[in-house]
Amino acid sequence: MHQIQLGAIDYAILIVYFAFVLGIGWVLRRSVKSSEDFFLSGRSIPTWIAGLAFLSANLGAQEVIGMAASGAKYGMMTSHFYWVGAIPAMVFVGVFMMPFYYGSRARSVPEYLRLRFDEKTRGLNAITFATMTVLSSGISMYALAKLLELVLGWNFHTSVILSAIIVLVYIFLGGLTSAIYNEVLQFFLIVLGFLPLVLLGLKDVGGWSGLKEKLEPVAIGAGYEAGAWSHSWTHLGSASANPMGVEWFGMLMGLGFVLSFGYWCTDFLVIQRAMAAESMSAARRTPLVAAIPKMLFPALVILPGMIAIALHNSRGGLLPLGSDGMPNYNLAVPVLLAHYLPSGLLGLGLTALMASFMSGMAGNVTAFNAVWTYDIYQSYIRPGQSDKHYLRMGHVATVFGIVLSVAAAYATTRFNNIMDMLQLVFAFVNAPLFATFLLGMFWRRSTGHGAFFGLLIGTAAAAVHHGLTLPHDAVPGLKGGFLGTVLHTYPSEMAQNFWTAIVAWSVCFLATIVISLLTRRTKSDDELKGLVYALTPRVTDSEQVWYRRPAALGVVVLGLTLALNILFW
Amino acid sequence: MTLDLRLPMGLMFTIFGALLIGFGVISNNEIYSRSLGINVNLWWGLVLLTFGLLMLGLALRAARAAR
Repeated sequence: MHQIQLGAIDYAILIVYFAFVLGIGWVLRRSVKSSEDFFLSGRSIPTWIAGLAFLSANLGAQEVIGMAASGAKYGMMTSHFYWVGAIPAMVFVGVFMMPFYYGSRARSVPEYLRLRFDEKTRGLNAITFATMTVLSSGISMYALAKLLELVLGWNFHTSVILSAIIVLVYIFLGGLTSAIYNEVLQFFLIVLGFLPLVLLGLKDVGGWSGLKEKLEPVAIGAGYEAGAWSHSWTHLGSASANPMGVEWFGMLMGLGFVLSFGYWCTDFLVIQRAMAAESMSAARRTPLVAAIPKMLFPALVILPGMIAIALHNSRGGLLPLGSDGMPNYNLAVPVLLAHYLPSGLLGLGLTALMASFMSGMAGNVTAFNAVWTYDIYQSYIRPGQSDKHYLRMGHVATVFGIVLSVAAAYATTRFNNIMDMLQLVFAFVNAPLFATFLLGMFWRRSTGHGAFFGLLIGTAAAAVHHGLTLPHDAVPGLKGGFLGTVLHTYPSEMAQNFWTAIVAWSVCFLATIVISLLTRRTKSDDELKGLVYALTPRVTDSEQVWYRRPAALGVVVLGLTLALNILFW
Repeated sequence: MTLDLRLPMGLMFTIFGALLIGFGVISNNEIYSRSLGINVNLWWGLVLLTFGLLMLGLALRAARAAR
């Protein structure tokens, strides 16, 4: 693609943004007095801020670039990541799980596992989680630098170092509060920066009906029915009828249940934002408040991809071709930015793009430094030190978390769609995890041995399933089939990932139950109070007005999501 | 909390709005051929300015109420 030339006005917007990001860290530095201030914002964040940060921390590279890429590659079906995946899981974590996370006063998700199960389960979770966050943060950094190199001609190394330093400075100064405040700033910037792009694109293709019309030849050209790019459910009857190569059961169970609940309900990156909320009620409402903008996000991140592929098809080669002769879907957003936005708004759009990468990075780094300091350093390396000591460790952890991310950024990814690779990592590590939490929170008989070995067996099952299966058209290796024989071939990589998750979850669920029944309980009912559903007094919130009650909010959110599913059926 | 987030947020978007409006007024109309002939800097600048001022207003009102 042609490189974009930025004008003075574009640089001015970028510089103003960076000044505010760093300024917020600078002002907040005085509010960090204890380790809980640094890692959990002193549990004082109002609901709306925690909610938008909950959303924005996840709004990294995979969302803005990956979702637009999927929108171009798979069309409207990408909405399932939101309307089947994220939203129900967010409602579940707010209504049913937050009472245990927030109520137990655990300072992190691994710490909840120690309170509920035992030390080894916490250790396993803490170490895999810390590794994964550093990896994700590195992927964000890598993707940002690669993109800036391609689109603006900026030097790769300069971009990595610059983004690393900015994120480092504002987290170092203000801790989680600084990250959360900046995430909210980034949320509004992303919405207000991308909205004009979507509006112009829609106007250009002739609105939603014009877009649907232009997507018909795309679908027919790829060998599917005319509506395959503009419906979310119609073509889910069989895997061969849609570009994702997934059928409804794999979609509902794999993405809707296992992967999404595994991510939104157990990932400390997002849970940390809710734990920082000012009260139990605020913590429970955090994911629900986040769910409302989240359900509208497809318009902002998927639609641009659909517009890009429609224009690519009808006006001849908008997207540059990759080495495999297919359009480079990951460039959908930057290409549209260059196509529609003049100097001025272009600066705003690019700033929004950079903001999305940085919020993803900062989210990972803040989650990493809390888990490292509380669950690894304080537990295994130097227990029993003063709070000052751990606060200092938090600062140090921020520095080496970023250094490790930079190292991960240089370990390049081999998949052409970032989303697919992240799904693979989530499938191995996160998919079994949700079975452990479900049994831990709702079945008092589950034991530490059951949880620990169940998790290991579940993760192993994921690896074995991946190693024995292969997506259609792929060679054995990273994409699967590495165990020698290929027992089953899936129509697509995504279908394989969904089924890996389903297998991992089911195996972990069964193994945890069997092992728990074979081992003795080590925690009495009294010790499990506040950690297990049946042993915890119900949270009563009847005196609040209805829209402040988590359950009522959850019903409203689910109703609206159902309506969206039907509208775009 | 030591800082009302709406204050820096309002300030930033007010500055963005002012910058875009200013640029929209002085810029040559040719650059808007790609944005379908619409002076998007001017119009979107107004949107950002409105949002920024709204946030600033809310922050100031809250500060006054606290005092």
